[in-house]
Amino acid sequence: MKISKIASLLNAKVHSGADLLDSEVNEACGSDMMSDVLAFVKNQAVLLSGLVNSQVIRTADMMDMRCVVLVRNKVPTEEMIELAEESGIVLLSTSIRMYEACGILYVNGLKASTTEA
Amino acid sequence: MSEPLVFTFEVDGENFTSAGNASVAVKKKLRWLGFPPEIIRRVSVAMYEGEINMVIHAGGGVATVTVLQDRIDIVLEDHGPGIANVELAMKEGFSTATDHIRDLGFGAGMGLPNMKKNTDSMEIQTELGKGTTIKMIINL
Ligand SMILES: Nc1ncnc2c1ncn2[C@@H]1O[C@H](COP(=O)(O)OP(=O)(O)OP(=O)(O)O)[C@@H](O)[C@H]1O
Ligand SMILES: [Mg+2]
Repeated sequence: MKISKIASLLNAKVHSGADLLDSEVNEACGSDMMSDVLAFVKNQAVLLSGLVNSQVIRTADMMDMRCVVLVRNKVPTEEMIELAEESGIVLLSTSIRMYEACGILYVNGLKASTTEA
Repeated sequence: MSEPLVFTFEVDGENFTSAGNASVAVKKKLRWLGFPPEIIRRVSVAMYEGEINMVIHAGGGVATVTVLQDRIDIVLEDHGPGIANVELAMKEGFSTATDHIRDLGFGAGMGLPNMKKNTDSMEIQTELGKGTTIKMIINL
């Protein structure tokens, strides 16, 4: 799925990486616990989170993720936007809540994890 | 490359917002040096977990990354409270983190085991009241 499709499905605002909206991503995960993302995620390119601090972007960067979606009306900080821009991460925000946002992407064909336990 | 490359960072223990900056910088350098993505990710994740630990549990410290011919060494040194029971701390799910730390997205007790998982060797030297030094090696 193109990141631009994620943005339109979630009616999301684009905060960084507008030039990267054409990139393809295949898998996503949702979490507010960054140490779980760092421990369990394998190849997901999209992180949905309700957490707002710069560690969300750094965690995505460390995991080579391409896109971060902040759910339920969270507003990114200036620093998050800067970090995302520097790391080539598309930062989106949506008013939709976590469960529903994940559901929308899932039914539209964005897969969940292929984690190695 | 015959001379080892050494990168040293002060990790500010007062500032959660900047925690992880050293790991981001190392990741950029390793990409620039052309290492395989899988190696870069393992170094990044292990160092980032350790860097976050230094900030949330130990008041900051010094991170040193050495790139050698056949391996990458990561040394994280702090002068925090030390780890009372290393064997317990290494267990998945063990954490002394407060609710405040959990609100920041950490404190699942996954960091140390994840550091071990991502590296080829990990040694913890720690003394209560003195501090902790963690040395990790990733073979190239
Ligand atoms: N540098 C350190 N100095 C002092 N104590 C530490 C240090 N690193 C880890 N610890 C102790 O070991 C415990 C386990 O660490 P670990 O990184 O596995 O989990 P965590 O940091 O609590 O949570 P997570 O890593 O999932 O965010 C910590 O809760 C803390 O008590
Ligand atoms: Mg930790």
